[in-house]
Amino acid sequence: MSNILAIAQKELKSYFVSPIAYALLAIYALISGWFSLIAIANFIEMSQQGQGPADLNGYVIAPVVSNAAVLSLFLIPMITMRLFAEEKRTGTIELLVTSPVTDMEIVLGKWLGAMGMYAAILLVKLLCLSFVFMFGNPDWRPLATAYLGMFLQGGALLSIGMFISNTTKNQIVAGATTFGMALLFWTFDWATTFKADGWAKVLAYLSLTSHFSAYARGVIDTKDTIYFLSVIVLGIFLTARSLESLRWRA
Amino acid sequence: MIKVEGVTKRYARFTAVDNVSFEVRKGQIVGFLGPNGAGKTTTMRILTCFLPPSEGKASVAGFDVLAQPMEVKKRIGYLPETPPLYPDMEVGEYLDFVGKLKGLRGNDLAKRITEVSDKTNIGDVRSKLIAKLSKGYRQRVGLAQALLHNPDVLILDEPTSGLDPKQILETRELIKGLAGDHTIILSTHILPEVESTCERVVIISKGKLVATDTVDNLTNRMRGSENIGVEVEGIDGELDSKAVQRRLEQVSGVSKVVLREEKNNRAMFEVESLQGRSIRADLARAVVEGGYALTELKAAGMSLEDVFLQLTSADNTEKGEAA
Repeated sequence: MSNILAIAQKELKSYFVSPIAYALLAIYALISGWFSLIAIANFIEMSQQGQGPADLNGYVIAPVVSNAAVLSLFLIPMITMRLFAEEKRTGTIELLVTSPVTDMEIVLGKWLGAMGMYAAILLVKLLCLSFVFMFGNPDWRPLATAYLGMFLQGGALLSIGMFISNTTKNQIVAGATTFGMALLFWTFDWATTFKADGWAKVLAYLSLTSHFSAYARGVIDTKDTIYFLSVIVLGIFLTARSLESLRWRA
Repeated sequence: MIKVEGVTKRYARFTAVDNVSFEVRKGQIVGFLGPNGAGKTTTMRILTCFLPPSEGKASVAGFDVLAQPMEVKKRIGYLPETPPLYPDMEVGEYLDFVGKLKGLRGNDLAKRITEVSDKTNIGDVRSKLIAKLSKGYRQRVGLAQALLHNPDVLILDEPTSGLDPKQILETRELIKGLAGDHTIILSTHILPEVESTCERVVIISKGKLVATDTVDNLTNRMRGSENIGVEVEGIDGELDSKAVQRRLEQVSGVSKVVLREEKNNRAMFEVESLQGRSIRADLARAVVEGGYALTELKAAGMSLEDVFLQLTSADNTEKGEAA
């Protein structure tokens, strides 16, 4: 366990000693602030049209949260692309693999480190939303479930991105492939627009959107939780196997 | 301490290491000598559990690299050809991280970091970013990393490559100082490095074991025959290099004369002597008596290729005599 934490700590630190963390946080804060601004302006408009204040949760928190989930599609490849590709390019992977730690410890450590970076990003979003709580009185519970959903969805994408990063030495290739996969999984449910059964149903089930939307509405469904957890486990497992295969494939 | 038995490593298209066997006893320094691409790094990677052998067995301190890699890794300090450094870390931070990877914690870790920093002379750069270090310092931080958990076995892949002459001497001294407590394998393609640092030598070429012997025996086998560079200048005008070459070939004790370079009335030859013959005086006399000016006479060092040629041909003649 302490090996995992040592690797996670090193990984998280490496985001913050390089410009990566600050660039990601700044971009996220900017876009997130813009989304919040639009949502609040919309809320004010609605309140003035109707009788008294509109629903804060429905008009501010829900749209901001679903936009955040889309935004993470763009940001997560930037978090995961270097995880293994960089170590393979510079040769530091030799240090990790020849140290007395297991492959699983290396993989879990890296995933946790990336989760830490993702958590920092989500914290920035929380900062934007904290103003809504300061001046209004929205229900915090839907926000909490949405955050749980964002964590799970992020974890799933991070573990897939980590696996992709382990298949190449090139960060750009890793980043672009991860982005493509994320976008594909995001839009799989479009299949249901012209076909309602068979393979379209399978694709829709694989879609991230269909599993995340319940969380964004404030509903925790076991089915969705299991989906995300199994993607996380799958990604971690695949990464560990492909790290092992470095040795016999070479 | 280290046992390699019939190890072969095959890649899709070529065989990097072909049926190599050798043994290293505790506390020895062994030089792993071979030209670039001979299979040195692959063999080292097999010993450090980075690559599995396709065939054969390798063990470190009695633990098999395939069956008990964790036990092997605990006992090995490895410095790959390019030191595995994270450029955006400070030296101290880096050693702290590597120490944790190697299973050191708390006071033990702090103590070991201080010890290896002193040993490798990097105490003054501990709070510097690795990216800002010179090549020599990087190599030393790499060495410190390998020493951190006080491993029984050190595997150093070209530890002196890219260093300046002073740093090379320092690093060799440091490595020599480590023998006894540690069993060391170091790879190099520089012959004098083995002579000055190692007790035993394992020579491989094209993936195959060429020779394994003590350094003293090896130099004995080398001694005797020498290569001499001879530069000759014509005294008046045209120099007939063919004539000079014939003249040199007639000197007794000469086995081979090769014309290396010829320009502006000057010719450079490389002369090889027979085993155990000193021919320099005779060479000089032959040149002068032939009416040429002798402008240079020097011992040409043996290249690694010469060593291989000589070793393999020496083995052949021995066998021939026995038969």
